[in-house]
Amino acid sequence: MICARRWPPPFKPRIRTINPSPHKTPWIEIRDLHFARGERKIFDGLNITIPQGQVTAIMGPSGTGKTTLLRLIGGQLRPDHGQVLVEGQDVHRLSRRALYRLRRRMGMLFQSGALLTDLNVFDNVAFPIRENTRLPEPLVRNLVLMKLEAVGLRGAVSLMPSELSGGMARRVALARAIALDPLLMMYDEPFTGLDPITMGVIVSLIRRLNDALGMTSIVVSHDVAEASSIADWVYLISEGRVVDAGPPEQLRQDASDWSRQFLEGLPDGPVPFHYPAPDYQDDLMGGDTR
Amino acid sequence: MGSLQRLGRWTLGVLERLGRGHLFLLRTLLAMGTLVRRPGLLLREIYSVGVLSLLIVAVSGLFVGMVLGYQGYITLVDFGAAEALGTVVALSLVRELGPVVTALLFAGRAGSALTAEIGLMKTTEQLSSMEMMAVDPYKRVIAPRFLAGVISMPLLAAIFSAVGVAGGYFIGVGVLGVDSGAYWSQMQASVDFHEDIMNGVIKSMVFGVVAAWIAVFEGYDATPTSEGVSRATTRTVVHTALAILALDFILTGLMFGDI
Repeated sequence: MICARRWPPPFKPRIRTINPSPHKTPWIEIRDLHFARGERKIFDGLNITIPQGQVTAIMGPSGTGKTTLLRLIGGQLRPDHGQVLVEGQDVHRLSRRALYRLRRRMGMLFQSGALLTDLNVFDNVAFPIRENTRLPEPLVRNLVLMKLEAVGLRGAVSLMPSELSGGMARRVALARAIALDPLLMMYDEPFTGLDPITMGVIVSLIRRLNDALGMTSIVVSHDVAEASSIADWVYLISEGRVVDAGPPEQLRQDASDWSRQFLEGLPDGPVPFHYPAPDYQDDLMGGDTR
Repeated sequence: MGSLQRLGRWTLGVLERLGRGHLFLLRTLLAMGTLVRRPGLLLREIYSVGVLSLLIVAVSGLFVGMVLGYQGYITLVDFGAAEALGTVVALSLVRELGPVVTALLFAGRAGSALTAEIGLMKTTEQLSSMEMMAVDPYKRVIAPRFLAGVISMPLLAAIFSAVGVAGGYFIGVGVLGVDSGAYWSQMQASVDFHEDIMNGVIKSMVFGVVAAWIAVFEGYDATPTSEGVSRATTRTVVHTALAILALDFILTGLMFGDI
């Protein structure tokens, strides 16, 4: 008999009072955010505050809408209900021109890097500068070389994206994302698919760039160890809501069962390992031959 | 689900996509202003869409012209009117085959490439990354490619027709022995600049708009997966071919049929 349980099973989130770093000014406020794709609810009353100057990690299992959240903050998607306020401005009520003006102060590192494949490394990093400013070419060159130096790839200026390894491509994309000195950096799964050395480089770059350039950073990830190591504040989201929030150390010590399972990578717990299925023995002994 | 419901859903889907396509065209037209300030973007795309299609268009034009030369001669010689071969070849090419075959070749060569390129840019998040860099993809990617297609099509059709006329001459005069003077003079006497050539140019311009519109829209609207891009590329070729043939019928009726 097929279990009638829903997957993943509903749970009652233990939402504690979320007040990240009260002395910091909130740069982004997400209020009562609802968003659905077709029938599937992605966010169901999400509330998040991102303080200025800090690295905030947003973590959760795959498919919880972490990347969607970044697209909502960047104004690429519109919520069904709720607000995304960046510096007090409702992103989804801005005119196209005002939205593009706001985006000039945002940088986003895409999971795939999203480098323009017909341009070499230099032109990729120069792209946002050339498109958004009228700086003379010698100055553009210096800026590009400075950004590439920051990510350790000044020597790769003439390479094409197809000649870069995954880690190098992500570092070039990072250099491009910080080309206009954004006030907000959003990182979409920056640690996925990297070797330990490159991962270490990216981890330290995110923290160093945030502190050196005085940015506010949002890191969306399901790599618990890496994200926790650089985050000032962590939000755990699941089922469209914030499940837990706090500084990484505090979360580890005082976590709910669900959060502990996620943070410690336990195979079974409130989120069961097995997808709902007929009885194992019955299934092996015959019945449906599919 | 009843067949009526399925038909209703299909119709609504088609209408919704048509609406999206028209809004897309409107946004593309509004984004054209950038190309005045940055003609380099347009020139690069004209090279990619137009210049790189020259070879296939010229070679096809040559063969079509040569076939017309043969077929025309075989038909005309029975009536003792082989001298009219130039007229037959030129009118067939300028009025019909030039614009239509060029548009079909354009869809297969440049249109499919445009769709695949834009679809892959979408799949690899290059368009999204542009948006996040405060760069409008309509201005930077779509408008230059669309306008390049619109400009290139009539030029390619003209080249197709010119090479076709030369191909017809080669077969008619060079191989089958039609008088060279008769070939050119008959053509000159019966091909009217406004009635024939300009109508052909108008046709190829309309086909250029439709072919380029379908190509860029299908790319931008593609499902961002490898299968989605593949389907979009196929749709570009099929939809463009059908649209071109249907429009050709309507335009021919309006231009030459006294409707």
